[in-house]
Amino acid sequence: MHDKTLAELAAGLKQGEFSSEELTRHFVDRIEARDDRYNAFITPTPERALEQARAADRRIAEGNAGPLTGLPLAHKDIFCTRGVKTSCGSKMLDNFVSPYDATVVEKLAEAGMVTLGKTNMDEFAMGSSNETSYYGPVKNPWDESKVPGGSSGGSAAAVAARLAPAATGTDTGGSIRQPAALTGLTGFKPTYGRVSRYGMIAFASSLDQAGTLTISAEDAALMTQAMAGFDERDSTSAQESVPDYLAALGQDIKGLKIGVPPEFFDEGLDADTRKAVDDALDVYRQLGAEIREVHLPHLDLSVPTYYVVAPAECSSNLSRFDGVRFGYRCENPKDLLDLYERSRGEGFGAEVKRRVMTGTYVLSAGYYDAYYLQAQKTRKLIRDDFLKAFEEVDVLMGPTTPTPAFGIGEKTDDPITMYLNDIYTIAVNLAGLPAVSVPAGLVGGLPVGLQIIGNFFDEGRLLNVAHQFQQQTDWHRRLPEGIE
Amino acid sequence: MSLSPDDVRHIAHLARLRIEEQDIQEYAGNLSRIVDFVDQLGKADTDAVTPMAHPLEMAQRLRDDVVTEENHRDEYQQNAPATEAGLYLVPRVIE
Amino acid sequence: MEWETVIGLEIHTQLQTSSKIFSGSSTAYGAEPNTQASLIDLGYPGMLPVLNREAVGMAVKLGLAIGAKIADRSVFARKNYFYPDLPKGYQISQYELPVVYEGTLDIEMDDGSTKTVGVTRAHLEEDAGKSLHEGFETMTGIDLNRAGTPLLEIVSEPDLRSSAEAVAYMKKLHSLVRYLEICDGNMQEGSFRCDANVSVRPKGQKEFGTRTEIKNVNSFRFVEKAIDYEVERQIDVLESGGEVVQETRLYDPAKGETRSMRTKEEANDYRYFPDPDLLPLEIENSFVEKVRSSLPELPDAKRERFISDYGLKAYDAGVLTATREMGDFYEAVVKASGGDPKLAANWVMGEFSGFLNKDGVEIAEAPVNADALAGLLKRIEDNTISGKIAKDVFEAMWAGEGDADTIIDKKGLKQITDASAIEPIIDDVLEKNPQQLEQYRAGKDKLFGFFVGQVMKATKGKANPQQVNELLKEKLKG
Repeated sequence: MHDKTLAELAAGLKQGEFSSEELTRHFVDRIEARDDRYNAFITPTPERALEQARAADRRIAEGNAGPLTGLPLAHKDIFCTRGVKTSCGSKMLDNFVSPYDATVVEKLAEAGMVTLGKTNMDEFAMGSSNETSYYGPVKNPWDESKVPGGSSGGSAAAVAARLAPAATGTDTGGSIRQPAALTGLTGFKPTYGRVSRYGMIAFASSLDQAGTLTISAEDAALMTQAMAGFDERDSTSAQESVPDYLAALGQDIKGLKIGVPPEFFDEGLDADTRKAVDDALDVYRQLGAEIREVHLPHLDLSVPTYYVVAPAECSSNLSRFDGVRFGYRCENPKDLLDLYERSRGEGFGAEVKRRVMTGTYVLSAGYYDAYYLQAQKTRKLIRDDFLKAFEEVDVLMGPTTPTPAFGIGEKTDDPITMYLNDIYTIAVNLAGLPAVSVPAGLVGGLPVGLQIIGNFFDEGRLLNVAHQFQQQTDWHRRLPEGIE
Repeated sequence: MSLSPDDVRHIAHLARLRIEEQDIQEYAGNLSRIVDFVDQLGKADTDAVTPMAHPLEMAQRLRDDVVTEENHRDEYQQNAPATEAGLYLVPRVIE
Repeated sequence: MEWETVIGLEIHTQLQTSSKIFSGSSTAYGAEPNTQASLIDLGYPGMLPVLNREAVGMAVKLGLAIGAKIADRSVFARKNYFYPDLPKGYQISQYELPVVYEGTLDIEMDDGSTKTVGVTRAHLEEDAGKSLHEGFETMTGIDLNRAGTPLLEIVSEPDLRSSAEAVAYMKKLHSLVRYLEICDGNMQEGSFRCDANVSVRPKGQKEFGTRTEIKNVNSFRFVEKAIDYEVERQIDVLESGGEVVQETRLYDPAKGETRSMRTKEEANDYRYFPDPDLLPLEIENSFVEKVRSSLPELPDAKRERFISDYGLKAYDAGVLTATREMGDFYEAVVKASGGDPKLAANWVMGEFSGFLNKDGVEIAEAPVNADALAGLLKRIEDNTISGKIAKDVFEAMWAGEGDADTIIDKKGLKQITDASAIEPIIDDVLEKNPQQLEQYRAGKDKLFGFFVGQVMKATKGKANPQQVNELLKEKLKG
């Protein structure tokens, strides 16, 4: 059962091959039996899941089921979930029980999905390897000595190990696409504003976007259909109508114009990963797509721009964690300053502290113009490059990451080396565009991803382009050894 | 640009983060690397560029002036480290 | 040396919206602690702000009333600092681009002079909560009911040159925001709060001196005293060769002095940047025009109209238009009485205001309404009672004894206007005071008043004074 996609499981439920309770029990048991190896979950919620599954079965029996009713999933522990610990991977929120549901959680629950639990992640989503989590690193099911990527590393490992058929994630600089690439999944980040940020614990508000980690693009379409849409509780939520994503999947892509920016194929790109991407482009050629070179001349500015904008926003977003109304408070504070400094000093890990301090520094008196204001301008240059490219082509393609998964502990010494892992994904967040990573091959037994970037709110086409590739290839159906 | 241990102490204080003395040097090194790295933005010619705060070119939406919230104090205060008589408690603030 | 005082005021007005600026919590004053603090107000993880339309409308209203520019695009920024009553660790405010800018406010001084004061800007922001120090030995309690209440911070140019001007400006603005019904003006509850930036410079010098900011002075009287104290202090410092330190100071009403608030903490570095949770506020012309059409008649216009329509003196017109309620009350009295507007003015400013003050009640709660007062004025004008008797009648009306006619009837206060009734009384008075009569006839004219007094006394003030005069003159001729 666990090797099936959401779409296939939905068909099974519909045809009465199994009940949601049976299906859920299957995944609950797998988590119980196997997650010790991966550390993918922070908080499994088996009882809640089974209860939701029984409710879903009733809905199915009553004929009120939607396309997702009864299907299990895992939520990244960044989404507030009523009555459940929502830790964001941090000691700061180890004791935090959310009194409300995030819009994403609410919408998927309304669609009838069953929550298996909350997945591990880099602390406050700050990381590319899931090594900054207070709850320990997550292991890549393809090779347990390797990282699963991050920050949605727990969600990625959970789906890759088939402990859940699908999971939610968030992507601020690549946090869905990069782990999806490193664990052989389809990782989809919609346009900024497409999915509500309400209840999603903010890292960098102008970059954060919720999305999915699934086996297939079809599954991403299924889930996004339920997650997307205007939310009056989020001022940055787009008031765009949500088209029928599944309906878009059947379309022929003959004549599709694919732009390939040479800037994505720099000296840092591993040769085998490059070959996998080239092979993927060949598949598209065979499907009748037209491939041309387009340029993103300011791409090299994207990582430094990101490492001004994201820390600046996070330094302010994380000020609310002060030990007063919720979260960790240090023992016996001697005065207010001590309460603040120790609660925050002890409650946050090193990477979070680094980024908060970086952000504090770039916003501080005398540095604002040189860093923050300048980064807002380079951000504009980067976005405008994309807008120009999309005047010529329908989608852009390139690698998702420069290399396959790296070893746990391999890049923790130097923050810059770690940051550069997101070199191909970050620009997309700065521009606010939708993008998907699809499995495109194996390099040394480890998955690598093809990144496909779409124009604003062009999710339907983007998912179809990914889907068409998956009709021709089976990389997305490959399983790590031992996950029969 | 390199950050001194004093710079780190100052920033850590602004951000209300206790950094242990033995870790200051390491933070100074890491933060200097990061700042050096982002310094390359200065080379970009942005004279004619308008800053972009947000990816979507939308305007702020306005909400009707209606009271929609009810009192959930007891529920919300379950997450609070210290409360008394409905108040959140902090060490005495001297004004 | 002669010194010149330079003052700029920052006035925080709490906007009287029903709900908070970024959340649907009630803004009602006086609720149990933290019962009006929603997840947004508490800064819970994952919470996002959505802007209240009414707060924007109120800001525009103020902007239009002071002839200011309304920004077609303004931006909310985060002001970052840590304080327990500031839940998110930042205050959402407007920094570089405020919603209202470049307005003016005319103030009138007691000596009749007027002055135009520049209003630099007015920006929207959220209020903080409250720290409560009483009742806990080593702790401070935090109540976040107030957190997120909309504030409009109105910043003046450093155009004010004395504490009297500062108070006149503050009073004018206080009157204006209440006219506009955007702020209840309640200073005890903190709805209208003032920070004063004060500096001194040698007279004639162009450059400003170093200023200090006096925080949170919440009455007109204290603003005057705090500024006077601070000006004296700064002059003393400078004249004794010292330097004024730029700092925040607090006024202590008990001691009548200001003291430095700055602890050894660092100078603030607020790290303002645009709030990425909010988008630029774009105000369309149609919105502005809609607000404009809802503007009431403003105090200055009303004052001018009172002068021209009712023939009032400028000072009286100013008093009667100081609040919207007073102006409305006055006009209702004039309309209902149909009589002399000046008489109505005297009564509204005199007896009526006197009783309001004495009992400490608002116009709306006064036991005498506009119709009742007009009823009394009618009886003065038709000579049923004299002005003097009218004061007694008014007092009885205030005490709830009925309307003017009822009281006049019941107490028999109707004026005696029948000559045949007055003449015998005059005769009686003359007869009883032969000595005075002789003196009068011998040329001591001043005694006329004595005879009037005696007649009025004999009629318990009910005789028509004018008639008494005429009849008495006849009789005295002999």
